[in-house]
Amino acid sequence: MRMRRAAFVLLTLMASAAVASEGGGESWQKWVADTDITSTASLQRGARNFVNYCLGCHSLQYVRFSQVGEDLGLTEEQVKANLMFTGERPQDYMLSTMPPADAERWFGRAPPDLSLVARAKGGDHVYRFLKTFYLDESKPTGVNNLALENAAMPHVLADLQGVQKAVFVLEKQHEGGQDKMLRRFDHFEQVSPGRLSEEEYNAFVKDIVNFLDYVSEPVRVERESLGIWVILFLLVFTGFAWALKKEIWKDVH
Amino acid sequence: MAANGGRFAALSRWFDERFPGHKLIREHVSEYYAPKNFNFWYYFGSLALVVLVIQIVSGIFLAMSYTPSDTEAFQSIEYIMREVEWGWLIRYLHSTGASAFFVVIYLHMFRALLYGSYKYPRELVWIIGMLIYVALMAEGFFGYVLPWGNMSYWGAQVIVSLFSAIPGIGDGLAEWIRGDYSISDITLNRFFALHVVAVPLLLVFLVVAHILALHEVGSNNPDGVEIKERKNPDGTPLDGIPFHPYYTYKDLVGTGVFLILFCGIVFFEPTFGGLFLEHPNFEPANPLNTPEHIAPVWYFTPYYAILRAVPDKLAGALLMGFAILVFFFLPWLDRCKVKSIRYRGWVYKAFLTAFAVSFLALMYLGLQPAQGIYVTFARIFTVIYFAFFLLMPIYTRYEKTKTVPDRVTFHAHA
Repeated sequence: MRMRRAAFVLLTLMASAAVASEGGGESWQKWVADTDITSTASLQRGARNFVNYCLGCHSLQYVRFSQVGEDLGLTEEQVKANLMFTGERPQDYMLSTMPPADAERWFGRAPPDLSLVARAKGGDHVYRFLKTFYLDESKPTGVNNLALENAAMPHVLADLQGVQKAVFVLEKQHEGGQDKMLRRFDHFEQVSPGRLSEEEYNAFVKDIVNFLDYVSEPVRVERESLGIWVILFLLVFTGFAWALKKEIWKDVH
Repeated sequence: MAANGGRFAALSRWFDERFPGHKLIREHVSEYYAPKNFNFWYYFGSLALVVLVIQIVSGIFLAMSYTPSDTEAFQSIEYIMREVEWGWLIRYLHSTGASAFFVVIYLHMFRALLYGSYKYPRELVWIIGMLIYVALMAEGFFGYVLPWGNMSYWGAQVIVSLFSAIPGIGDGLAEWIRGDYSISDITLNRFFALHVVAVPLLLVFLVVAHILALHEVGSNNPDGVEIKERKNPDGTPLDGIPFHPYYTYKDLVGTGVFLILFCGIVFFEPTFGGLFLEHPNFEPANPLNTPEHIAPVWYFTPYYAILRAVPDKLAGALLMGFAILVFFFLPWLDRCKVKSIRYRGWVYKAFLTAFAVSFLALMYLGLQPAQGIYVTFARIFTVIYFAFFLLMPIYTRYEKTKTVPDRVTFHAHA
C-alpha cells in the first residue's frame, strides 16, 4: 500500500512537471508582483487603494494610522483626509468596521486580518490572487479564483478589472495507473471591460501588494539601511582586532 | 597616582583574602596553557559562548514584553516587532541566535570528530558537551513554541505526541507533559517557565562544568598531541601558550567575523528564506487549520527524517532517540589510539565523510514531505548514520595509522 502510494505521488509529480514544461496556456503561477518597498509613492497609492477597497472587510490589527502616515511621509491632515473615513483617531489601529459575526454569516468565514499576509503567504501570492478571479456560476459570489480555489471572497475589484472568464482545456493525464481527463487552465477571456486597462489594473494591484508587504514588517527599510552601518562598523572592528592579534602573536614561534 | 594605585592594590588584596578572583582568572585565563596550533575549527567553542550571551541578554529583554498566553502570545510578538523600541532588533537577534547556536555547536562537535577530542582523557568533556547539546535542543524546542504561530502549535503537537507512542504509559505521559489533552494555554505557560528559567540555568551550569572539565585535562589540538607530556623547566607545556592574551585576541577576530555574518542575517535576511523564521509561523496558532506540511526548524530535521524513515511510530521515535544517545558512547566506540584525522587511516576518513554527508542529507530530507523518493533516501542515509557509530569498534580497531609526531606542527606567520 505504502509503495503504491509513493509511486502514485511520484507519477503525479512527474505529470505536473510535464504539464509545466509543456507551457500551454498562460502560466499565472509565474506572475510576480515585483514591488519596491522603498517607493514611497507606490506605498501611498497602495495605502489609498487598501483603505478604499479592502479595509471595509479586512483589518490590519497591528497597524496604526499614525504609523503608516509617519512611515509614508504623510502629515496627520493628509492621513485624515485620505485614509480615515469612519471617525477614527490617528493612533487607532486600522480595523474593519464589519462585525465578525455578520461577516461569517455573509461569507461563510470572517475575512482574515491582513497585517502579516505578505509574510505568511508571500506578496506574489496576493498579486496572483487579486488577478485571477473568474466567472463561476456555481459559487454564491459568482466568481472563483485560480490562486485560492473556492475563495469565499467576492471579486471586489471587478469594477476596475472588469469580468473575465477562465478557459480550461480537458487534458488526458495518467494518474494512479489509469488515464483521466483533467481540467487545465489555458487562458482568460475578458467578458466585460473594467474602468482600468490591464496595465493600469496590474499597477493598482502591485501598489496594494507593496503596501501589504510594508505593513507586514514596517521596520524593513530602516532595518536594511541601519544594517549597512552595522556591517561597516564590524568590518573596521574586525580589521583592528586582526591587526592586534597579529601584533600579539609575533612572539609565538 | 601612586596613592591611587596603592589604594587599589589594598582593595584587591582585601578581595583576594576573601574570594579567589585572581586565582580563577589565573587558572582559567591568563595561565591556562592552550596548544599554540589551534586552527579554524577551534573558534566555535568561544563563539558558542558569545551566542549564549547574545541569547541570554536578548531573551531577558524579550521576556519584558512577551505575554505567555494562548490569546496574547502571538499579538505580543507583533507588539515587540512593531511598537517596542528596538523590539524588532531584539527579536531578530534572538531568533537568528537560536539558529546560529546550532550552526556553531554542530561545527564545534564536528571538530571533536575530526581531531578525536572525545577520546581519553577528555571523555567527560565530551559527555558534558553532549548534555549541553541535549539541553540546547530542549531550549530550542520550548522557545520555538512561544511565538504561538501555527507552526509553533503544530510542531509542538507532533513532537509531544511522539511520547504517546510509548506502550501503556504513552498517552498519560503526553498528557502530563502538555498538562492538557492537546497543546494549550497551560502547555504554553509551562514551556515559557522551562525556556526562561529551568533550561537556561541548567545550560549555564553545564557550560561551567564543560569548561572546568576541559581545563582540568587541557585542550586537544589538530595534531592530537598531548602538550602536557613535554614541559619547560618551569612546568608550562612546551607547545602551550597562555589563553590570555593569545587566544582572547585571536577569538576576538573570530567573533568579529562571526558577527559580520550574524548581523548580515539579522539586518538583511532575518527569516533566512523561511528557514530561521518559517512562513506559516506568521499566522497565529489555529487548532482547526493544520499546515499543509509540518516540519520542525532546520536544526532538528536530521532526527525528524530518521523518525519518518521508520514505518512504525514507536520504532521511529526510539530510533530518533538512539540517534542522539549514540553520540554519548563515542569515546568507547572508537578503538583507534590515534586522535587526529591527520594521522588516521582512510577508513575513518571515509566513514566520517559519509556520516557528515548523511547528516546534511537527512537535514535536507527532514524539511521535505515524507513521500516517495524522499523516504527512500532518508532510509539509506539513516543506515549510513548508524553505520558510522555501530561499525566503529570494528573499523577503528584495524585502522592503518600514520606516526603521530612528538610535538605539534606550527608555522608562525611572518
